[in-house]
Amino acid sequence: MAMLEAKNLHVYYGVIQALKGISFEVNQGEVIALIGANGAGKTTTLHTLTGLLPAKQGHIIFEGKDITKVPAHKIVKMGIAHVPEGRRVFSQLSVYENLMMGAFTRKDKGEIAESLANVYKRFPRLEERKTQRAGTLSGGEQQMLAMGRALMSRPRIILMDEPSMGLSPIFVNEIFDIIKEVSESGTTVLLVEQNAKKALAIADRAYVLETGEISLEGRAEELLHNEAVQKAYLGE
Amino acid sequence: MSFLSYMINGISLGSVYAIIALGYTMVYGIAKMLNFAHGDVIMVGGYAALTMLLNANASPLAAVLVSIVVCTVLGITIEAVAYRPLRAAASPLAVLITAIGVSYLLQNVVLLIFGSNPKNFQSVIPVPDLKLAGGALMITGETIVTIISCIVIMTVLTLFINRTRTGQAMQAVSEDKGAAQLMGINVNQTIALTFAIGSGLAAVAGVLLCSSYPSLSPYTGSMPGIKAFVAAVFGGIGSIPGAMIGGILLGVIEILAKAYISSQLADAIVFAVLIVVLLVKPTGLLGKQIQEKV
Repeated sequence: MAMLEAKNLHVYYGVIQALKGISFEVNQGEVIALIGANGAGKTTTLHTLTGLLPAKQGHIIFEGKDITKVPAHKIVKMGIAHVPEGRRVFSQLSVYENLMMGAFTRKDKGEIAESLANVYKRFPRLEERKTQRAGTLSGGEQQMLAMGRALMSRPRIILMDEPSMGLSPIFVNEIFDIIKEVSESGTTVLLVEQNAKKALAIADRAYVLETGEISLEGRAEELLHNEAVQKAYLGE
Repeated sequence: MSFLSYMINGISLGSVYAIIALGYTMVYGIAKMLNFAHGDVIMVGGYAALTMLLNANASPLAAVLVSIVVCTVLGITIEAVAYRPLRAAASPLAVLITAIGVSYLLQNVVLLIFGSNPKNFQSVIPVPDLKLAGGALMITGETIVTIISCIVIMTVLTLFINRTRTGQAMQAVSEDKGAAQLMGINVNQTIALTFAIGSGLAAVAGVLLCSSYPSLSPYTGSMPGIKAFVAAVFGGIGSIPGAMIGGILLGVIEILAKAYISSQLADAIVFAVLIVVLLVKPTGLLGKQIQEKV
């Protein structure tokens, strides 16, 4: 059974249909890439999964439970963390306070401290800057903070929306290394990316979204060598 | 010596403005709306305390507590009934107009129940007046209690916002509702809590105001409400220390203008100062710079 499953999702912004019945599944331990052009519906898909947008039709099943109607603030406690597009760190709060917001739904202080230590180990830069306001960090550091914040909820699956967007090439490589590490440490990953080449390189399987529909799906390696994908998304 | 006593009166009046302005600024910071009914909540607080004192023979402390409870419940109810359904509305004007409607509703309901005649409010503050410098400088008990209340409220609120989980959640919601939800924060609950705190503070302000200026009518809340709004904008709306500084400056300016220039022009001078401040610094004295990093 799939860990997270989207079944025939239809999502509208007012009268405009953003998702036209998409279905996909993510299995435990996989890295799944969702690629596609701007406006294809990638971010909409993630927002629907975590309840920020309502689905007009269709279902979302997580670990056997229908979570389609679960409000956004109850999703994270179920084990789904979402790193939103544009990081969206709380710029007025310190790095440390942002990380603690990530653990908002958790109660056990000892376990939270343990997660914090793990996040600092993975992102030493965040520890160096823990008292700094998040708004003063560079884009790459904010991305790390957004990821660290998501990890603080100890998710079983982490959804990442364009983590490499707007970052310098060095940071892009670093971010993808971290995604790989997160996956290797046992967290399932659903990755939305415009950088299709990088995304396909670390993904197990991938779905290609085109104007609200899934046009292609398969093993990441195969898609990497697919002629249509190469033409449209890999710039070859 | 008279200057000193004007200053003290100004700080005292300003402290009331500051307490009211906190309600405006917190609600604005978190719900991004101007709650124009906030001033009328103060008035309801005044009537609640008065009713307790006159009809239930309650002790001053009990009257204040009941007033706080009444206003807190009122604030939560207004938010849930009038504002929450409009939060997703296309135009932010919808909720602003509703707030003005709620303001008139509160005034008229109180008018129906208590009539339009101003009521005499007995000061609930049992603190004796303080005479300094051989009687040349007198500080009333009301002034002392008002200033102390303002300091206490400000300190507790700042600690609450910065040191508690719930306070941090409020800051998170104020910055980014979507991201806050992804952290597991219940946005509606957080906004309701903000209204509860703001309205509870309005009750305190109402009782303090009526104790210093002991006349209560259904329209008592509107002018202090508007002035506190000015104070909040003056200090930088959304900023808690800003509300404090804005309120106190406004009170001092108002009293000094009344004393040295003209008591009729005092309000005009207050608003003129606001215009000048906004021309020079559109975000207010402590307003946050809007900065975004891509």
